[in-house]
Amino acid sequence: MRVQLFATCLVDTFFPETGEACVRLLKHFGVETAYPRGQTCCGKPPNSAGYAREVKLAATRFIEVFDGSDAIVVPSGSCASMIRNHYPELFRDDTRMAAKAQAVAARTFELTQFLVNKLEAHKAGLKGRGKITYHSSCQLRRELGVKEEPLSLLQSLQGVEFVPLPSEDRCCGFGGMFMAKLPEVSMAMADEKAASIVETGAEVVTGCDHGCLMNISDALRRRGAAVQAKHIAQVLAEEL
Amino acid sequence: MIGIKSSLAFRENAAEAVRDSSLRSAMRTATDTFTQLRSAGMASFPMDEWRDRASEIRLNVLNSLPDYLDEFSRNATRVGAVVHRARDAEAARDIVYHLLKDRGARKIVKAKSMVTEEIHLNQHLEVRGMEVVETDLGEYIVQIAGEAPSHILAPAIHKNRRQVGRLFQEKLGVEYSDDPKVLTGIARRVLRNEFLTADAGISGANFAIAGTGSLALFTNEGNGRMVTTVPPLHIAVLTIEKIIPTLADFASFVRLLPRSATGQPLSSYLSIITGTRKPGEATGARELHIVLVDNGRTEILRGECREILKCIRCSACMNVCPVYRVIGGHAYGSTYPGPMGIVLTVLLDGMENAHPVLDASTLCGACAEVCPVRVPLVKLMNLLRERRVEAGFTQSAERTFMAGYGMAVRSPKLFGLGQTLSRFLWPLLERVPGNMTLPRLPKPVKSTFKRRMSGQ
Repeated sequence: MRVQLFATCLVDTFFPETGEACVRLLKHFGVETAYPRGQTCCGKPPNSAGYAREVKLAATRFIEVFDGSDAIVVPSGSCASMIRNHYPELFRDDTRMAAKAQAVAARTFELTQFLVNKLEAHKAGLKGRGKITYHSSCQLRRELGVKEEPLSLLQSLQGVEFVPLPSEDRCCGFGGMFMAKLPEVSMAMADEKAASIVETGAEVVTGCDHGCLMNISDALRRRGAAVQAKHIAQVLAEEL
Repeated sequence: MIGIKSSLAFRENAAEAVRDSSLRSAMRTATDTFTQLRSAGMASFPMDEWRDRASEIRLNVLNSLPDYLDEFSRNATRVGAVVHRARDAEAARDIVYHLLKDRGARKIVKAKSMVTEEIHLNQHLEVRGMEVVETDLGEYIVQIAGEAPSHILAPAIHKNRRQVGRLFQEKLGVEYSDDPKVLTGIARRVLRNEFLTADAGISGANFAIAGTGSLALFTNEGNGRMVTTVPPLHIAVLTIEKIIPTLADFASFVRLLPRSATGQPLSSYLSIITGTRKPGEATGARELHIVLVDNGRTEILRGECREILKCIRCSACMNVCPVYRVIGGHAYGSTYPGPMGIVLTVLLDGMENAHPVLDASTLCGACAEVCPVRVPLVKLMNLLRERRVEAGFTQSAERTFMAGYGMAVRSPKLFGLGQTLSRFLWPLLERVPGNMTLPRLPKPVKSTFKRRMSGQ
């Protein structure tokens, strides 16, 4: 099997190790990763800020670059939802583009969605390390409906003690541009999230979106907590 | 009045609210309680089915609103009410004021009503020499504190019991207590006398039933029933979209509204008021006037955000909103806070007067997930953000960034250049005074994932 990896701009710019973990993980399950070199950003930032023109530019570019019929794997719930749920709506007035957007949307999977539903990775006996809790990110959960997949993967990890996070589905305050527009509010929200993470006694908090994890990591650092925020790809690929 | 802030200063209001630790803890406790009660009240019911049905009824009303309003007016008139139509806030205030003035009314008791907040009715009557007493406990608290409600159901949600105790001590001259039972008892004694001596009662309505000409009021304190039945004159003020076609349709909302609001299977009181006191009846107003207020609704109905008019004011969206939870209701500087408030405020007050409140959401979707009538709140907030960009109400730095983004997103070379540039400028940008974003982010790496995948 072969997939196309859309690494996302956050992984490309800040967290290349997460991208490498995705490749390792997929390889472990016999999946070859193609990395379309022309990829940039999915258009989520202008989308949530209301810049419709820029969203269309990003989507058009994405649809061109991710040509073909292989599944597109994305290590982010919000980017995957952008492609799956928002792309088809963008081109309602352009039947040719709408059809292409539909096709790309149908081929797109968030990483854990793909790992569980296509590869049954939760039954593969992967190994991990330490005491881990999980933050359920908003678009992943509410727009893509991915709730159980990450949990079943984490709970399947041998050598990991999984502890649930109270109010795991409450927004951490990242929200893309929200973080920059209302920094005090964003930090207050992240602080509360960090407090409940510390309370679980976990050594690692994981999730499927680097946006949230970045925000949470900052709140943990400000609080002086030793808890690490790690993308789920890295947690799953830890012992590979 | 304290607590009356401007929507245009939303950013500053929100930053200030975040620093208020007693507000933060009051909001946390109250919204957690509401959310837990709601979840418990909803469990084991076919919620999706109920919500579909309720949404369908509301859409049907909106699609034929003028006809339903005529039907309601006809039937309400038939049972003895006088129906007035007010195009805007000024017309509504005028109608109410003259009704009261013509009958020599001096003292008015009020049941909770958000539309009278929207049209600033109390101030209008007070400066004309009338005494207006709010009788919902929370509303009474904010009234004597000289504040505005910060929640559409629990107006004093931002206050803890110690603050209420001190307020009562100061304003009512009673001994300090922070026991909610004692405080409620005090308010009850004061208000009992007001009910008995009032010349008129003003209420809102949760729904108006077209088929019977009835008004429906859900309350938990019984004050609504006192306001609408004890004084000789009852004036009900409501916005035009509150119509429900029939009593049978109304049943859908009886099961949904209290459950969505407080998790109760039914509020402590449900009044269905059909006309005036009939011969032989012991209670009920002798005169009933119903003021149907448009104040921008017809305009909203014609637009792309019309689904916001499905809203039944249950407050579930604000109770689950992680932003509202942190900043409370006053920061929005509007009558209606929270997600439904963001949408409604921009539509009612105009983009130029309200655009900053559009930032009061992470678009997390918790609101739309609980809405009992399936208002697509995230979609509407996002749509209005697009309109804001088109209307030019975003900051120039943001527009410049987005223009750059638009170019870079099409060209991997330019995109890569942007990454390299940001890596070099990062240490400088990080130190720009007031930059509260960059210091919270990790630094861009030299060896991007793309480079690694290309073996560079």
